[in-house]
Amino acid sequence: MIPWLTIAIALPAIGAVAVWALSRSRTPAADTAQTNRAEAAAGGGTDTITRVRPAQRSASAGAENAKRAAFGFSLATLAVVVAMALRFDTGASGLQFEQTHDWIPRFGVHYAVGVDGIALVLILLSAVLVPLVMLAAWREHEDRQDGGAGYFALILALQAMMVGVFAAADVFLFYVFFEAMLIPVYFMIGRYGRGEQRARAAVKFLLYSLAGGLIMLVAVIGVYVAGGTFLWTELTGSGGALAGIDTELAVWLFLGFFIAFAIKAPMWPVHTWLPDAAQASRPGTAVLLVGVLDKVGTYGMLRYCLELFPSAVSAFVWPVVALSLVSIVYGAILAIGQNDMMRLVAYTSVSHFGFITLGIFALTEQAQAGAALYMVNHGFATGALFLVVGFLVSRRGSAEIADYGGVQKVAPVLAGAFLVAGLAGLGLPGLAPFVSEFLVLIGAYAFSPVAAVIAVLGVVLAALYVLWMYQRTMTGPTPERLSGLKDLNVREKWAVGPLLALLIVFGLYPQPMLDAIDPAVERTVQIGTADAPAADGATAEEGGRE
Amino acid sequence: MAVVTHHAYLAAEPAAATAAGSPVLSFAWLLFALPLAGAAILLLGGRRTDKWGHLLGTLLPVASFVLAVLILFDLLGRAGDARSVSVPVYEWFTVGGFSAGVDLLVDPLSISFVLLITFVGSLIHVYSIGYMAEDPGRRRFFAYLNLFVAAMLVLVLADNFVLLFLGWEGVGLASYLLIGFWQYKPSAATAAKKAFLINRVGDLGLLVAMMIMFAVLGAISFSEVFAAVPGAGDGILLAVGLLLLLGACGKSAQLPLQAWLLDAMEGPTPVSALIHAATMVTAGVYLIVRAGPIFEAAPVAQTAVVTVGAATMLAGGIIASAKDDIKKSLAGSTMSQIGMMVLAAGLGPVGYVAAIAHLITHGFFKAGLFLGAGSVMHAMNEGVDMRRYGGLAPKMPITFATFGVGYLAIIGVPLLSGWWTKESIISATFGVGGTTGLVLGSAVVLGALLTAFYMSRMVFMTFLGEPRWEEGVHPHESPANMTVPMVLLAIGSLALGAFLMLGDRFATFLAPATGAEVHHFDVAHAFTAPYGLAALVVLVLGVAVAWALYLRKPVVETAPKGNLVTVAASRELYGNEINEGLVMRPGQVLTKALVVIEDKVVDAAVNGLGAGVRDSSSGLGRAQTGFARSYALTMLFGAVIVAATLAVRL
Amino acid sequence: MDPMNYIVLAALLFTIGAVGVLVRRNAIIVFMCVELMLNACNLAFVAFARMHGDIEGQVIAFFVMVVAAAEVVVGLAIIMQIFRTRRSASLDDANLLKN
Repeated sequence: MIPWLTIAIALPAIGAVAVWALSRSRTPAADTAQTNRAEAAAGGGTDTITRVRPAQRSASAGAENAKRAAFGFSLATLAVVVAMALRFDTGASGLQFEQTHDWIPRFGVHYAVGVDGIALVLILLSAVLVPLVMLAAWREHEDRQDGGAGYFALILALQAMMVGVFAAADVFLFYVFFEAMLIPVYFMIGRYGRGEQRARAAVKFLLYSLAGGLIMLVAVIGVYVAGGTFLWTELTGSGGALAGIDTELAVWLFLGFFIAFAIKAPMWPVHTWLPDAAQASRPGTAVLLVGVLDKVGTYGMLRYCLELFPSAVSAFVWPVVALSLVSIVYGAILAIGQNDMMRLVAYTSVSHFGFITLGIFALTEQAQAGAALYMVNHGFATGALFLVVGFLVSRRGSAEIADYGGVQKVAPVLAGAFLVAGLAGLGLPGLAPFVSEFLVLIGAYAFSPVAAVIAVLGVVLAALYVLWMYQRTMTGPTPERLSGLKDLNVREKWAVGPLLALLIVFGLYPQPMLDAIDPAVERTVQIGTADAPAADGATAEEGGRE
Repeated sequence: MAVVTHHAYLAAEPAAATAAGSPVLSFAWLLFALPLAGAAILLLGGRRTDKWGHLLGTLLPVASFVLAVLILFDLLGRAGDARSVSVPVYEWFTVGGFSAGVDLLVDPLSISFVLLITFVGSLIHVYSIGYMAEDPGRRRFFAYLNLFVAAMLVLVLADNFVLLFLGWEGVGLASYLLIGFWQYKPSAATAAKKAFLINRVGDLGLLVAMMIMFAVLGAISFSEVFAAVPGAGDGILLAVGLLLLLGACGKSAQLPLQAWLLDAMEGPTPVSALIHAATMVTAGVYLIVRAGPIFEAAPVAQTAVVTVGAATMLAGGIIASAKDDIKKSLAGSTMSQIGMMVLAAGLGPVGYVAAIAHLITHGFFKAGLFLGAGSVMHAMNEGVDMRRYGGLAPKMPITFATFGVGYLAIIGVPLLSGWWTKESIISATFGVGGTTGLVLGSAVVLGALLTAFYMSRMVFMTFLGEPRWEEGVHPHESPANMTVPMVLLAIGSLALGAFLMLGDRFATFLAPATGAEVHHFDVAHAFTAPYGLAALVVLVLGVAVAWALYLRKPVVETAPKGNLVTVAASRELYGNEINEGLVMRPGQVLTKALVVIEDKVVDAAVNGLGAGVRDSSSGLGRAQTGFARSYALTMLFGAVIVAATLAVRL
Repeated sequence: MDPMNYIVLAALLFTIGAVGVLVRRNAIIVFMCVELMLNACNLAFVAFARMHGDIEGQVIAFFVMVVAAAEVVVGLAIIMQIFRTRRSASLDDANLLKN
């Protein structure tokens, strides 16, 4: 029995340390041939040879080696995760690849990992995105002393935690990963970010997340007090340790988890950290932040809020659906009003996350499967969009829409990639997000026609913000200052190409992912609905009292 | 009149045979896969495919057409009721009780469309080789055209609403790409975005309709939905019908979602011919006919369809009569003709055959007219103002002849294609009987009058009269690869109507698929019945008026100021202004308001919290004087208070 | 002898110490006053231990002594450093802890 999940967590963690160590060591200065080879490996030789001053060459060779090592580690992790996914049994609904070891026996804390289909696809998502982000960011920090190697080490550290947070099968372990993730991201924004506001944005991100995290900590302790264990498998289910708890307590604990997840998922009105963070992020950071990290919020709602406290669910359904609808429409309208591409994409994500939370709390099988699938598809689509915007930014140093125009004429491949990513974002059938959006919508209609019809408005608005951004940046006459703009080079094509390919493949053939997700969703839907009637009376009383 | 009704869906559901045992039919997926592969190769292949890309791009739709012909013969070899074949390709996505497959439905209705799309599409590909010869983006153009053909074929071949929606949005995308093909022109980019957005509003209707279908009727495949119709509530059917109509309005540029079509003429002319005249814009008619069982069960929705069709038919005719831009005038004409088809489709089974037959002949002559217009534009240095045309007939004989045939066909000169199909629409509308029949029939006749007027105006202004060319314009006939498709389309415009309608050939072919009623088309009756005579009278009248206004006296080179009516018509009946006032302006205000709210309220609340913490902590910090003795004093006070509390408590 | 007398003595010593801490400026004297307060506490602890007849108070007295010894070491060192750098042992001259 191979401990797949532990390997998938440990590999990038070891990689992070190794890369950090490598970036410190200096290789002999004379080895220019190696530098050139490294550049060839990184950019297929088409990158303009970096203007490295001789004195810096040794440092840059070290950084180049460190970055290649980091890329290797990320590919190895991807291989491990893919191998694991191939062994995944799509017929079973429980956790698989489980491992449980005591960690702090005094408090019932375990190192326990295991994945169901939803966690698996999210781990796959992170494993796919990390190497691509590295490719895209290869040249980004070359003016730094460490040549960007530190950034790569942070990415690997983050990856270890991302895998961990999705794989955790112990509430405390989940909490530890949940909070620890903040540290690398804080540095990725604050230290390696973009613009003068980056320190402020990083602090805002950190404070927001910490505030949610601390509330969650209270709820985590509450879970232990009420259930006597942190083990997820022992807590959940009809015979679980939390099955008999008081509904009022369940509501409070649910709320404690939910606030943390709502902040992370950027749900209106606690979303305002995201646009600032995205604007101050390098595109690679934004990809991981919005593509994977924020999914922890929606994943947590599905896995922890719903499954730990089924009796509290019915009290939250309508408020959360209402907030989701506000997020969908509000995020879309604000996206239309943005002048900065990074902020614009961030607001589109607020809108898309509204669809995900709507799907989760509509409590129908189609909607929840759609929501789980949406998490992955949104990661691919928004990831691609952020990367392409990033390529633009790396060329002109600005994310202001007004600084661009007519790019299509000089950089058709870039414009094409931008358009495909944008079309995925607006839910064009044939591209992956459509399937999930459609499932959420038809599932939501069964839950509430009004909610579904309001959500459909987001689909129309999506067309406006995507196409208008495309029109303003890519079409029209090409201004003189942009006439020298270079099209995508080989490295950049390799960074964004796989994402676009995945968007098309999963748009036309999403069934394998749905097969993995479906058993897990059947479980949560069952919990969400089967227990609801029993709890209905209690929560109705509660509502009356409040 | 002999009436035969078939309801293949309702009566004999299992009769929809599978493709098993039919090698041709099991390859039906190649119909759209071929052009799709073409699009992929041309887009991914990049400049390497520049040399032969347009040839490949042309070859693949031709191959699809050949396959479509083979499939047609396969279908003809079957009994009437067995001509509805579903071809499952693969499972697209399935969750719980919901399943959407890539399943194709090959039946007389879809194969008619497939033949129209692949045949006209192939001709327009050929034409484009010449038309786009000088354009550096020709390869990309062919890729988009192939993408369009593939999406359009998916649309008409789909066996469920979700797959239809895939094609539906796919043609929208192709239309977006092609309208905005000359992206460096801001007007083209704006028109493309506008087309996509207005279509999205229509698509919203289709999306919600699908939600209702799944939630209430429990399925989204055609056969299951239609089988569930008899048991569904009237309100549900009405809602679904109206929502489908909204979708149809968006795609077919019917009121109130018509505003994009005239702007869409920013695209290259072959695009206007293929997408915005012959095929894509008729998808709405297809949808209404395909979803016939729903509309037939919802009479109010049918009334809405008829009303929308009639209103658009007249509005389009009025706009076409006032536009001086040859392409926009043709676009108005397209609106009008499609309005006529929608009207016919809204009549129910009685009008299906007429609607689809007119759709097909219209595909031929309108595509021919657009290609002719493109040929003229080529000759006139891309000028589109008909007031600067004139006297082109001797310079461009082939274009004039083919355009002329299309013209005679569309205005309904007896025995040409348009006459047959328009006549059957008129007869179907009057056939409804009562006041309704009279009102609708008169509306169609009025539409025919407008058609005769604006088309005559166009021909007179373009080909006849005195030359009013701009300086430096030297008209010349187009090369063979442009004229040959025009000739072929002209032949279709001449003879196709007779081929379809004589002996009720098309009606009997189409009936099993749509549950259409087969009306016997009585040629003699069409000349003797009052409505037939009325149609002939308005034809003469329309041509005469146009002659009096645009041929007898010379055309002024700059448009006259005009009166209230003509100004309104030339401004497209203020459609854009209405959209702007009702949607755009309020939307902009809302967006600006929300941006301010986000900044000043939502974010400010959080930032304010942070600022509050910071201020209070700096206030507390001021108490830290750093003097040890003040700390000691504070401690003493604390101790005294603790002691006092204890003393009181004890 | 009545253990109560020891308690009164401890209270007196403590008060003297506390007043000394508050009113004197010289760091050394303040420091000695702190020691006085600590030892007043020790006296009270030992007296209470005697009154209650158990050993816990004496044990705590030992702890306090250890802490006091450590405190003397650290505190004197700090005072020495301040005196060296500022040429003054006045508490009111040093407000390094401000903010």
